[in-house]
Amino acid sequence: MPVVLNISNLTKDFSDFTAVDNISFQVEEGKFFSILGPSGCGKTTLLRMIAGFLEPTSGDLQIQGRDMVGIPPNRRPVNLVFQNLALFPMMNVAENIAFGLKRQRCSKKEISSKTAAMLDRVDLGGYGSKNINQLSGGQKQRVAIARSLVLDPSILLLDEPLGALDLKLREQMKIELKKLQQEIGTTFIYITHDQSEALVMSDTVAVMNAGKFEQIDTPRNLYASPDSSFVAGFVGETNIFTASIEGLRPTLTVRAENGVIFEATAMQEMAGAKRCRLFIRPESIILEPDTNLENLNRFELTVRTILFDGSNTKILAMLGESEITVALPQNQQFAHIAPGEIVSAGVHMDACKCYPGEPQ
Amino acid sequence: MKFKISSGLFIFLTPVLLWLLLLIVIPHLELLLMSLRGENDMGEPVWTFVNYLHFFTEEIYWYTFVRTATYALLVTVLTFLVTFPVAFYITKIVSNRVSVFLTILLLVPFWVSELVRVYGWMILLRESGVLNHFMLRLGIIDTPIEMLYNDVSMIMGLVYTSMLFMVVPLISSLEGMDDSLIEAAHDLGASKWIIFTKIVIPYAAPGITSGSIVVFMLALGNYLTPNLLGGKNSLWFTEQIYNEFIASFNWNQGAAFGFLLLLLSSLIIWTGLKISKQQLGRVMS
Repeated sequence: MPVVLNISNLTKDFSDFTAVDNISFQVEEGKFFSILGPSGCGKTTLLRMIAGFLEPTSGDLQIQGRDMVGIPPNRRPVNLVFQNLALFPMMNVAENIAFGLKRQRCSKKEISSKTAAMLDRVDLGGYGSKNINQLSGGQKQRVAIARSLVLDPSILLLDEPLGALDLKLREQMKIELKKLQQEIGTTFIYITHDQSEALVMSDTVAVMNAGKFEQIDTPRNLYASPDSSFVAGFVGETNIFTASIEGLRPTLTVRAENGVIFEATAMQEMAGAKRCRLFIRPESIILEPDTNLENLNRFELTVRTILFDGSNTKILAMLGESEITVALPQNQQFAHIAPGEIVSAGVHMDACKCYPGEPQ
Repeated sequence: MKFKISSGLFIFLTPVLLWLLLLIVIPHLELLLMSLRGENDMGEPVWTFVNYLHFFTEEIYWYTFVRTATYALLVTVLTFLVTFPVAFYITKIVSNRVSVFLTILLLVPFWVSELVRVYGWMILLRESGVLNHFMLRLGIIDTPIEMLYNDVSMIMGLVYTSMLFMVVPLISSLEGMDDSLIEAAHDLGASKWIIFTKIVIPYAAPGITSGSIVVFMLALGNYLTPNLLGGKNSLWFTEQIYNEFIASFNWNQGAAFGFLLLLLSSLIIWTGLKISKQQLGRVMS
């Protein structure tokens, strides 16, 4: 796949801080690329530089091989779907979608046929003459996306477009957006702080923190083998303990803050470190494990609360002096567990991931 | 229960209704009756349309009205042109704190009465005024120039006194506009001019219309500024009415002119609303 966006050493300094710090990455054509990070990490600044609303302090930005630095947003082959959608309230749905086409001086006939085709594509056929304020949240969303897509951009940029929707609609739009992207094959660059949006929709996710990319990977790799303790803590639910290192060989042995000793896996070079952070995913903890399983850290849990959430039910239990979240398997095997019970549990050493350093 | 609500409503509405009835409706009815009265050849009072006919038969009257209306329109357009960049700057370009400060700065001169402000202009512009004084000192001119009592100074004075009534609705309508609309239009390929004509102006249209109506009406009905800055030959329609009432003592004629002013200005505004496809109810809300 050819590279559609090539960014190298991109930096954006504001007077008092650096929002984007020497970032380099490439996006291949037709990919759904997400930038995931907490608010204030610089992801919106990065997106606005790609769209052309901000000029980088230094670095290169190429779209389809053409240098884009200094080119205003109205001359870039990218379009942005705004966080608050920014639909034009004085125009109806069709006029909103036709706005960009008119700027390209398309003929009237072309405009109306393209607009109608795009409305059909986003399942809003026949809505052309409606006013913007007659639409529901999800419909507005689709108009905003259609308005950008009708211009056939090289890249569609999306700035947390699902943020304003309620949970149920957001789940639905996630799937719709993914399907839409697969159908039309336009490159999407999607900005979000919601890890589930990024993981569900993307081909590739870049996790951003404090102006830098921590890791660029597939959602599966991001979840299974995070490169840094930030990624491990930010992507997916996890139990985090600070621990001191007891021994490095033959296996890494750490003593967590709650006094429990774990055999763990080092995710980064541990030599020289005294303290580390230990990450254990709730679903990697096995309740009542078979006695002949190997490489298992075994301990006893005192159940405190059961957080029932259908297939996503968890228990909060005490491990030593600290609390730990454990996901219950879906087969109702442990439906009988009640608060106050003591259960044996275990976790494989591969699932105990350690990163050197102090807690953040 | 129903009785209570309606009596409560009545208590609150009474001052408004009284105000409307005593100060607006009754005087206007009185004026209307007066405008339809006249004398026949014998000097006896009769009902007649002759006061209204005068307006159309005597050239000077409708000439004055057309001149007044045209200049009031010009004042409205000029006021819009002057205040729109100001309103845009205050709402969209500077930071919030500066924008509050600038808005206050705009309002402060209007705490002073119109009369004082117009005298201020007279002190600046008259033959022995500040401007002439400095130009003489700097050697730009040899003899003082009379800058008062012409159409230009009159229009300028009217624009100055009307500015506030345009800038406030403009600021409030532009304030409601999300900056991302401008960015979205830019992103979709629009140039600055297109953004201005297709996004900003249509968005601010209700504010522009309500500001324009107020400014037009105020300019049309202004007596003080045309009289002081335009002098005796300002030929403003309100002066015509004043003259009928005070100078000629022809109250019937003055009342007819007053009514004509009301009707014709309403007609002009109605036409303006039709042309700009705005609705009065939406504009004034």
